[in-house]
Amino acid sequence: MSMMSELEPEALPPEPAEPPKRVVGRTPFQLAWARFKRDKLALVSLVVLVLMAIFALMAPLWADWTGHPYDQTFPKTALDAAGQPVGPGKDFWLGADQLGRDVLVRAAYGARISLVVGILSALLASLLGVAVGVLSGFVGGVTDTVLARIMDITLALPYLLVAIMLATTFQISSVTASLTLTILVIAFFSFASFGRIIRGQVMSLKQKEFIEAARSLGASNTRIMFVDVLPNLIAQVTVLTSLLIPTSIVFEATLSFLGVGVRLPMPSWGSMLGEGSDVFQTAWWLLVVPAVLLLLTTLSFNLLGDGIRDALDPRSDRIIGKK
Amino acid sequence: MTAGTAGLHAAAERETLVSVQGVVKHFPIKQGIVFKKEVARVHAVDGVDLEVRSGETVGIVGESGSGKSTLARCVTGLHPVTSGRILFEGTDITKLSGAGLKAFRKDVQMIFQDPYGSLNPRRRVGSIIGDPFAIHGLASGAERKKRVQELMELVGLNPEHYNRFPAEFSGGQRQRIGVARALAVRPKLIVCDEPVSALDVSIQAQVINLLKDLQREFGLTYIFIAHDLSVVRYVSDRVGVMYLGRIGEAAAAGDLYERPRHPYSAALLSAASIADPDEAERAERIVLIGDVPSPIDPPSGCRFHPRCPKAEERCTVDEPELEVKEGDAADHLTACHFPVEPGENLAREHAGIRQESTEPELPEVEQ
Amino acid sequence: MLRFVIRRLLYSILVLWLVATLVFVFLNVSPVPVERVIGGPRATTDMLEQIRANLGLDQPVIVQYGKFLGRLLRGDLGDSYINGTSVASLISDRLPTTLWLVFGAGVLWFLGGVATGVYSATRARGLGDRAVTVFVLIGLSTPPFVMALVLLFVFSTKLGEAGFTFFEAGPPLQEHFLQRMILPWIALAFLMVAAYTRLTRGSMLDVLGEDYIRTARAKGLPERRVVYRHGLRSALTPVVTQFGIDLGALIGSTIVTEKVFGLQGVGQLVYQSINLGDTPVIIGVTLLVTFAVVIANLVVDVGYSVLDPRVRLS
Repeated sequence: MSMMSELEPEALPPEPAEPPKRVVGRTPFQLAWARFKRDKLALVSLVVLVLMAIFALMAPLWADWTGHPYDQTFPKTALDAAGQPVGPGKDFWLGADQLGRDVLVRAAYGARISLVVGILSALLASLLGVAVGVLSGFVGGVTDTVLARIMDITLALPYLLVAIMLATTFQISSVTASLTLTILVIAFFSFASFGRIIRGQVMSLKQKEFIEAARSLGASNTRIMFVDVLPNLIAQVTVLTSLLIPTSIVFEATLSFLGVGVRLPMPSWGSMLGEGSDVFQTAWWLLVVPAVLLLLTTLSFNLLGDGIRDALDPRSDRIIGKK
Repeated sequence: MTAGTAGLHAAAERETLVSVQGVVKHFPIKQGIVFKKEVARVHAVDGVDLEVRSGETVGIVGESGSGKSTLARCVTGLHPVTSGRILFEGTDITKLSGAGLKAFRKDVQMIFQDPYGSLNPRRRVGSIIGDPFAIHGLASGAERKKRVQELMELVGLNPEHYNRFPAEFSGGQRQRIGVARALAVRPKLIVCDEPVSALDVSIQAQVINLLKDLQREFGLTYIFIAHDLSVVRYVSDRVGVMYLGRIGEAAAAGDLYERPRHPYSAALLSAASIADPDEAERAERIVLIGDVPSPIDPPSGCRFHPRCPKAEERCTVDEPELEVKEGDAADHLTACHFPVEPGENLAREHAGIRQESTEPELPEVEQ
Repeated sequence: MLRFVIRRLLYSILVLWLVATLVFVFLNVSPVPVERVIGGPRATTDMLEQIRANLGLDQPVIVQYGKFLGRLLRGDLGDSYINGTSVASLISDRLPTTLWLVFGAGVLWFLGGVATGVYSATRARGLGDRAVTVFVLIGLSTPPFVMALVLLFVFSTKLGEAGFTFFEAGPPLQEHFLQRMILPWIALAFLMVAAYTRLTRGSMLDVLGEDYIRTARAKGLPERRVVYRHGLRSALTPVVTQFGIDLGALIGSTIVTEKVFGLQGVGQLVYQSINLGDTPVIIGVTLLVTFAVVIANLVVDVGYSVLDPRVRLS
């Protein structure tokens, strides 16, 4: 180390030569997008989801073209002499259900419900989770103890049962009210696991020297929270939210299957499966159509979420981590 | 090495910028079923006095766990102190809040150890260096950009890299970013917390020299924390040696390195690498027993006694004062009952008390 | 240690009390007139008043709340609105079926998940691992009730037509036990196998990257011994923890499986009560399941802390 005294300040050599200008600085987003584009499965999922969204948006158009509104029964054309629903054909493209309604039109409306409920409750849950997680992890102390306990307790609740209890005690009959309640219930039971992860993340961020650096510069807590903490959570939040969407869709489908989700006559893939379960033996399309659509959607969202995670954090192993 | 003594004389006339008076910082360890109560405390800094004069560099050395980084964070106001006073230009900063604290934060800046951890990976370099301008409302827009680029040039960075992310820089360059950020508000004092220990040796010299240049140019005052003795010696006018939250010895840099009086300083110096192989062969190392004891339950009396080759009965009960010993310069303070005499060979000393290894006993390993 | 157990116990009691209170609040803010549900549409005003008095609904809320908690402490979950039977006896009649369902599915998913997870982790990034990854994603994307419907359709309806009987519907449980339970077990376990495969694989890969595993390999231990003796042992700890928690929580998820396969368990009881508006039964099951989850959590936490003292400190 005595070489130090020989190194005169004037002789300060330049840092290892700067790379020539041809290296264009790319933002993290550009880098992530470049990685994402290489992930074929994720790209295919994205396409499937876009098609699904178009299918859902076109719901009223399907009803127009076929002449079958989603809540109208067509006993004469949709049911055969024995009262059994007709299968896929010229009139009913994807068959009819046991009441004589058009499965294609109902499935399209069901896609709306699944996508809207899935995305809205995931967004709501992540908003709530980030707020609670950041507050809990950043403020610490009593606030943290209380919020962390609330999250623990929420996780200990039997969510399906409490959701059922809510739906039955409030006896909601309107479609909009049941839709709102379903979204709120799903968001409430999803925010805690989200919040716990964010809390852990924030607590480890808080230990980082750049937070200390910001504080020593005189930055206020609010500034540190928004300028230094939140931007570091974006990747994690994006991944978690995208993986929360399929979970929420399954949650909604299960509730509707049991008849406590989105109320009739608004169709949901879950309620279509529930209503049709008695006549599957003869009318397989009542099982296959909603089940395949549901599976396709959740699988695509899961693959997309994995793709986003890989793109944002190339080191992370593809399926490491808890469910 | 004469730089040290020269600096000392010059320093004597300078006014005091920072005065640390009896500062104590304890971290409580809490446990409890419903209500947490304190069961123990980590004595990170346990009664430190320190004067820093305007324009000088005060080095602080010590092993990890000696409390030097905690002391740095107390001085910059990042940790509230448990007791004691820290005067900055005569104002007690431990009582500051609100606008007063913000003004103080403008005058005192910090450079951190980890050039990877101390820069927010999600923000562009320009916005990181411009942070002080934004926080203190000094400049915005094009004006801020211009000043940031001036700073980048000043610390030897390419101003065209304004829009890059920290990940695109090497360790040395990142530390330069940290230096630029600290310089932005023209502070009076910069606390450097092991600024080069995470860097390659070849890069260390560059960053150290940059810091020295900047000190000359802007008349900066440094508190320089390190565990590497040669770095501290090179940059510091005066040096304090910390052990378990206390200062064991403080003196002008050259004086301390020539004539260490505290057995711990002597041991540290004997363990430091010596560049000349002949000299290294002649030098005898003082081997200390065990590890630094736990700061949760520091030893009684002199904190160094369980490891000290000269320890006597008295050291286990009587805590030595930090004072001038016979034959030393007026600013050479030592906290020891039995200071090392010049020429004394510590490696042959035997303690007058039974010494215990403080290494924790490891449980038997299965299989 | 005792300190830790006490803290966990207090916390468990707090959770139970909160859930009970939540349930009470739901009941009180519910816009559904209870007396109307019990008395039926043709009950007179006097009859309705009488029912309210019998249930203690005419008393102040705070008194009702005290009585509610008091009954719960004695293990009294109240009576069904529909036929007046005590909820506790209704549940205990149905419990064996559900416990058998959960137990069988638990064994299936634990063994299946761990086996697939270890297989996948020891062949990380290989062809087998990728196949498992795809399986895991499909498993995680399939709602349990869809799996149940598909299984029922394929194995019972279609293969039944072809002359193979995989599934027998209808009581009693004792007869043709395996034939009745095998499909529900698979349906219930399917998603969990996927989740546990992912969990085991991740935990196993973490452990196999540790230094002591490298040391074991460097010592020249056979690979099988390294993986199973040294690796799997520590990798299983988080999996077992999760298993304890999920096993308790699963009782709540058997509703759809029991409904699809027509099993007369607790889940089916809840489903039937939804349609009848029989709130006390739903509440009783909810409290019971919460109790099961809390106990499972407690056992796992305490057991874990005995095995791994580091947990107690956090």
